[in-house]
This record gives sequence, C-alpha cells and structure tokens, in this order.
Amino acid sequence: MDMYREEILEHWQNPQNFGVIKNADLVIEQVNPLCGDEVIFYFKIKEKKVNDVKFTGSGCAISIASASILSENIRNKKISTLSKVTGEDVLKLIGGSVAPARLKCAFLALEAVRKIL
Amino acid sequence: MDPQKIKQDFPILNRKVNGKQIVYLDSAATSQKPKQVIEVISNYYKNNNANVHRGIHTLSVEATEMYEGARRKVADFVGVKDAAEIIFVRNATEALNLIAYSWGRLNISKGDEIVVTVAEHHSNFVPWQQLAIENGGILKIVPILDDGSLDEEAFLKAITKKTKLVSFFHVSNVLGTINDVGRLSQIVHRKAPNVIVVVDGAQAVPHMKVDIGKIGCDFYVFTGHKMLGPTGIGVLWGKRELLEGMPPFMFGGEMISKVEFNKSSWNELPWKFEAGTPDIAGAVGLGAAVDYLNKIGMENIRKHEIELCDYAIKKLSKIDRVTIYGPEDAKKRGGVVAFNVGNIHAHDVASILDEEGVAVRSGHHCAQPLMDYLGVKSAARASFYLYNTKEDMNRLVKGVLKVKEVFKIK
Repeated sequence: MDMYREEILEHWQNPQNFGVIKNADLVIEQVNPLCGDEVIFYFKIKEKKVNDVKFTGSGCAISIASASILSENIRNKKISTLSKVTGEDVLKLIGGSVAPARLKCAFLALEAVRKIL
Repeated sequence: MDPQKIKQDFPILNRKVNGKQIVYLDSAATSQKPKQVIEVISNYYKNNNANVHRGIHTLSVEATEMYEGARRKVADFVGVKDAAEIIFVRNATEALNLIAYSWGRLNISKGDEIVVTVAEHHSNFVPWQQLAIENGGILKIVPILDDGSLDEEAFLKAITKKTKLVSFFHVSNVLGTINDVGRLSQIVHRKAPNVIVVVDGAQAVPHMKVDIGKIGCDFYVFTGHKMLGPTGIGVLWGKRELLEGMPPFMFGGEMISKVEFNKSSWNELPWKFEAGTPDIAGAVGLGAAVDYLNKIGMENIRKHEIELCDYAIKKLSKIDRVTIYGPEDAKKRGGVVAFNVGNIHAHDVASILDEEGVAVRSGHHCAQPLMDYLGVKSAARASFYLYNTKEDMNRLVKGVLKVKEVFKIK
C-alpha cells in the first residue's frame, strides 16, 4: 500500500540522524497524546543555522520515517525558516499519501521542529 | 444463535471499507447498533418526544413512561430489584466521576487510602488519583501476574485499616482478564466491612450475565453504547443507603424537591442525581438494546465469544512473531485480544488492517499504567461481539499476514 512505500520502510528500519547530541544547544520533546508516541530532537546551532540535528524516540513507521526525513532536510537551514515549514511540505518530503487518521503521526516531528523558535 | 443472521440486523455491517466488506473488531470501544435499537430511537422522536416528569399532557406522560420503563428494564437486566438505585448518566466515566466527586470528596481525608489495580482504564484510575491528590489521600496500585490475572496476595495486602475505597475492573479492556468480582468484594468486606467497593463493568455487562445484586459490591458502573445502545447513556448503580447519604453532583432542574431563596432540598432517588433534562431517547434506546440482548440470551453471547476468542487466539498464536497479551484460556477472558506483530507499531498494524477492511483499535487503550507495566508502548486490539463470525477471525488472520508481508518480517 501507498503509505508504506519502500523509502518509508527504509527510514523506519534505519532512521537517519537517530541518536543524542550530548552538548546540544536545544532539546525539544514532542508527544502525540493520542498514542503516547514521542520524539526528542537535539539541535546544535551555529550562526543562527542548524549545525547538527539528531533525534530519538519511539513511534510508528510513519512518525519515525517523517522524523528521519525531516532531520535530513533541516541541517544547515536557517532557524528562521523552520517555522515556515508546513505540513504540506512534510507530506511532499515523505512522498505518497498518508491516511487522514495518520497525519498526526506524520506531523509529530514537524511539531517538534517548529518549536525551535 | 446464528451470528450470520444477527449480522443482518446491523445495517452498518453491510458497508464496505476500502472496497472490502467491513469486519468490525472494535466493539470494546463501542458496539454497533441493530436496526431494532435505531428504529426505537427514531420512533420515540417521531411519536412520543416530550420532556419527562413535568408535563400533564399526553406526550410528556408517554415519554416519562418510556424513560422510567427503560430504567426498570435495565435494572432487571443486571439483577437490581430497586430501580431507583439505577442512575442514568452519560457513560461509565461519568458514573465513576460522580462517585469520586460526591462520595469521594465527602469521605476521603488526609492519609486515607484508595486501592485500584494497574490494569484499570484511565476512567477508573484518574478520578481516584485526582481525588487522592485533592484530599490528601493515598492511591495504592495493585499489580497483575504474568498470566494477566490480578495478584490477589498483593490485593489483600493493599487493604489496610486506612483503606476507604477499592475500585477494580470486571473485565479488562486490554487483557480481557475477567475478575471474580463477587469473590474480590467478599475478600475486601471480610477484611474491612466499611470499605466501599466499586466495580467498573463497562466491558462485562455487554458480554455476560451480570447479577449486580449477587456481587456484594457497593457501586457498579457500565455504559450503554458498548451494549448495542446509543452513545450518551450510561448507568451508575449504588446501594440505596449510600446514594441517599451522598450530596448531589450537579444542581438544576429535575433533581430538586423544593427551592427557597436561601436553601434547596433534593428530589428522591434516582432523580437527585439526574439534574437537567436527561438523555430520554438514549435511555429508551438502551431499553431496546436490553430487549435485543435478552432475546438472544446473554449465556449464548458469552458462549459464542468464548468460541471466537479461542479460535482467534489459536490462529494468531500460530503466526510467528505475534505476541498476544492476557490469559491464554478463552474461558478466563472476555472477547478481547490485544496483540503486537514483531516490532511493528500498533498504528501501522491497524492501518494495514484497515486497508483490508478490518477495524481494530490500536494504541494504549486508555490504560497507560498497564502498558508501562507490560513494557509496551502500544498494542493492537481485536474485540468481538455477537455479530462476529469465524470468517471475521479468518479475515483478521489474513490481515496480520499482510502486515508481515508489507513490513517484510518473517
């Protein structure tokens, strides 16, 4: 089925930037109250840019894959631009369709990242 | 009983989901409604609708008779002689909150202990936790054993001279475990006769014969929408002398006996606790649900669910990497099977099952303390009712195999 394309399953099995930054400048935790899934994002910030980003957490394939893909895409981005990332952007990044009931899962990482400001 | 024939009474089970005939395995969340219930509600609005207990006109008299008739039916259904002990509320959650607010705020003081189990639904956990916080009480949580049954030794130990109230589930909404609520009530009262025993029967009353009069508890709660009735109507049962000693939880119309400038007095039971216009159509619908269940027979429903549960557990446990929670013996559990597939998140399992037309619940099932205790974040849950068939179980098994295929796990 469309939601579980090869790329999503690949990110689920081998999430990119998975781990902790010990001396992070910023740590943001985000919980999905519906299911208890959570992600924790760690940021190193240099010259108002994302110098390094990692995340940990536990969740479904959709939330882990979207966190993984998002983390790849925000490295070296200006902090000020992160608040402008929309749900639609995330859906484009992860490609394919996400069932309405699963949008919360897809946006969990985004909600964390947008808290950076 | 013929579940195939019963299915035809439920219009919604005719529909297709994602191009496939729906298999509804989420009755522990809410049951579907037979046309007999839907029609009674519709007919009530078409023919008899009026406010209850205050009109002299014909419609009001009819509506009152139907509303109070439903109360009598519900009382008989659960073995309660005095129908005035049946309080209509919104759902089991409201019933538990009513006890916590009315009885609890009055009777729990600093150092008093409240005992619950780790496997409670949030609705039988958080009201007590918050009551303990507000009134300086102590919440004690009894563990379960590896087979999903209550740790009775720890349960007995948890009850002390300071215990004021004990609340536990009749059937677990996650593990399916059936508590012997009669024996547990006896254990509590033998050790501490004045302790109040509350039983959460939300997952029991829809699925098995429950005789509240014989349990020996002090309060028993359940909800209508899980037993073929509409949403918005639930039941609090309490012993008359307890209910009479409790202050009202809400104030307004219906619950009043006399109102003066500076004081008011309260109506008799059960209306003292039914402030405002009640869910008349809901109660009437619940009465129709009780008629339907009585026609099929609760013993037959229970027998059917044991068969389905046994079949499902046997089939699912043959699939590699499927973990099933709760008692192995279908006779010791309600029609609930919670499971996980490998390390796949329950939401992903439920999404793929939905794609196959199979509706299951996934997540923490409003039982986070239990999930923490089991060491899992989430689980998928298939729950059964009188309209489910072995064919439905086969579709579930096929769906689980599909999950493994999509996620490429062996």
